[in-house]
Amino acid sequence: MDKKRLSHLQELEAESIHIIREVAAEFENPVMLYSIGKDSSVMVRLAEKAFAPGKVPFPLMHIDSMWKFREMVEFRDNYAKEFGWNLIVEYNRKAYEAGVGPFTHGSKVHTDLMKTQALLQALDKYKFDAAFGGARRDEEKSRAKERIFSFRDKFHQWDPKNQRPELWDTYNARVHKGESIRVFPISNWTELDVWQYIRLENIPIVPLYYAKERPIVNMDGSLIMVDDDRMPEELSSKVEMMMVRFRTLGCYPLTGAVESEADTIEKIVEEMMTTTKSERTTRVIDFDQEASMEQKKREGYF
Amino acid sequence: METLNIKEFLDKDEKKDLLRFLTAGSVDDGKSTLIGRLLFDSKKIYEDQLDALERDSKRMGNAGDHIDYALLTDGLKAEREQGITIDVAYRYFSTNNRKFIIGDTPGHEQYTRNMITGGSTANLAIILVDARTGVITQTCRHTYLVSLLGIKHVVLAVNKMDLMDFSEEVYNKIVADYKEFVSSLHIPDITCIPLSALEGDNVVEKSKRTPWYEGTCLLEFLETVPIDQDRNFDDFRYPVQYVLRPNLDFRGFSGKVASGIVRKGDTVMALPSGKTSKVKSIVTYEGELEYAFPPQCVTITLEDEIDISRGDMLVHPDNQPVQDRNFEAMLVWMDEEPMDITKQFFLKHTTNTTRARMEGIQYKVNVNTMEQLTLENGKLTPETLPMKLNEIGNVVFTTGKELFFDPYTKNKQTGAFILIDPITNNTSAVGMIIDRVDANQFGIVDSEELIVNLQDLGIAFSHYEAIEKVCEELRKNEIKIKLVK
Repeated sequence: MDKKRLSHLQELEAESIHIIREVAAEFENPVMLYSIGKDSSVMVRLAEKAFAPGKVPFPLMHIDSMWKFREMVEFRDNYAKEFGWNLIVEYNRKAYEAGVGPFTHGSKVHTDLMKTQALLQALDKYKFDAAFGGARRDEEKSRAKERIFSFRDKFHQWDPKNQRPELWDTYNARVHKGESIRVFPISNWTELDVWQYIRLENIPIVPLYYAKERPIVNMDGSLIMVDDDRMPEELSSKVEMMMVRFRTLGCYPLTGAVESEADTIEKIVEEMMTTTKSERTTRVIDFDQEASMEQKKREGYF
Repeated sequence: METLNIKEFLDKDEKKDLLRFLTAGSVDDGKSTLIGRLLFDSKKIYEDQLDALERDSKRMGNAGDHIDYALLTDGLKAEREQGITIDVAYRYFSTNNRKFIIGDTPGHEQYTRNMITGGSTANLAIILVDARTGVITQTCRHTYLVSLLGIKHVVLAVNKMDLMDFSEEVYNKIVADYKEFVSSLHIPDITCIPLSALEGDNVVEKSKRTPWYEGTCLLEFLETVPIDQDRNFDDFRYPVQYVLRPNLDFRGFSGKVASGIVRKGDTVMALPSGKTSKVKSIVTYEGELEYAFPPQCVTITLEDEIDISRGDMLVHPDNQPVQDRNFEAMLVWMDEEPMDITKQFFLKHTTNTTRARMEGIQYKVNVNTMEQLTLENGKLTPETLPMKLNEIGNVVFTTGKELFFDPYTKNKQTGAFILIDPITNNTSAVGMIIDRVDANQFGIVDSEELIVNLQDLGIAFSHYEAIEKVCEELRKNEIKIKLVK
């Protein structure tokens, strides 16, 4: 008898490909938001799969906060070139020229201006009617309740109490002018699923995920890597070399490393299975205020 | 873990299958506690989440000295404040044998909408009852909704057995009541388990306190219930989702196999054109396949150039779906705004979107008693006829273009649709098709057909061909015009 059973990864993959194709077919001007992280890397590969042997019919957009790790930017440019993606890079010019950054303005102001506002400006600039994001429901409580096709009003705001019912695999893609949909094709993937898929499919990821000796400053318990000379000297003078890796990637002053020896995917998974901290604890922005992710999402952040 | 080499672990883990299940119960049945227990005992709750949990439990927990597991699953701020679950939350955990996705849905009457939402993709439903109260109205309602959604496996979890001294008699009475109620609902697989979510009896391990219970604990059942054969492998249905045309030599039709199996070399028919061809190749990123089955997403190329676009369907010529514009369906109203029966909606069915009109409501269902309410039996008046939020009814539809469908009970994928309000764009209702109806029987007339008499209008014969062409285009946009020459 023929095999008629899919593994959970194959089933998740099929679900994601279906979602990605549905967006390409139903929207006039979709874009895939690319954070350069592991989840984005998986989402990008799924898009490549969805349209093989053809090219992906929408661009990739990175919102550069101008404080990303240098290795991320390098990886981004190489990946887009190697796999033939149309890459858009946007940043909040005004805020950047005004010198906004996490060291001078704090994480809250920096995140709002350089991430949320930059994203909203870029979405308005290109008039995208659908934007893919690599968020997963297992990441955070308010994301656990978000639809796969998540409606945003003219101001890009999310209203968690007024979400469209979403049934079967029949997605409601209708929006009026100016409104949009955020689409999360890997909603149902867990962190472990993502790592397994990266391993199985040999998906390239930023080397920062692997453990290595790196220059680290301990900032109130967060292990922050000195990535350039913008770190204030009173901090950068306390640098020490430590064997670390990153569980999530973002702005280098806001992303804590974890001490680790895991320099292969197998070791990363092993570490993850035995770890006692969930991945978002290394993100400084989540702790700013109670229910802060829900608040940021309402305002338009991913 | 320590004995299993990580490579072996990953190789094994990658091959696990996926079970999606729904949990339903009324407010105090202990649903969130049960989910928390499954997550907790399968070691998915990380230490830092536990820290926060202990902190939150002290501040606003409702579980006394126990950890309030509900705080883990109630994600949104408003819920944490009100202590109720207001929307579907998805949770993930895995064991050595399977991966699981839980749709946690609330039990309040006004939230039928959420349960329908959380259950549409579920393989299985866990329905909780409180051992102290037994089968109550909500239990019947939840079970009815589960049967309406066509969920094939149901677990009746008789919870809070600790408060009834794990009495076999109490349990047997509840099971007997439930089986009597459920017999008319055509649910193929029903399993009853006595448990205590709070104390952990029969959740992940068999309890010593129910020696009279011969079945497995809940988790073991979830890990082993066979779901392989639940999909429809008989009737090949392939709604074309996207036409892939990367270069002049390649023209592929991308889509998800909704049901059935397709093989390279199969003769397939494209609907609505009725044209046939042979499957030349089944293409994926990894290379070509010999056959494809649901829910695989592939790209099919054909031997012949036939005109196919999104919304069309590939099928086997000897096994065709119903093709009709008139059908009846069970409809669940999901919108705060009540139904306006005179309004036209967009109806999305597989990859097809068309305009749809409601011809009439044959009956509404009282979800508590499953009684049919009609104008004829006096249970409805013209004022109470239009459907409101959370109501369920049998509605007759006419669509702008022909749909290719199967009865939902036979094929979920091609029997389901959503109804979209053209003004608000909200998903106003969702439907499960029962079957075609005879348009004449319902007095359905195509009132919108516009008759244009060219002679009466004094249009010269030389323009007929151009007018015919324009009308062809309009028909594609579902505007019906009849030309009289």
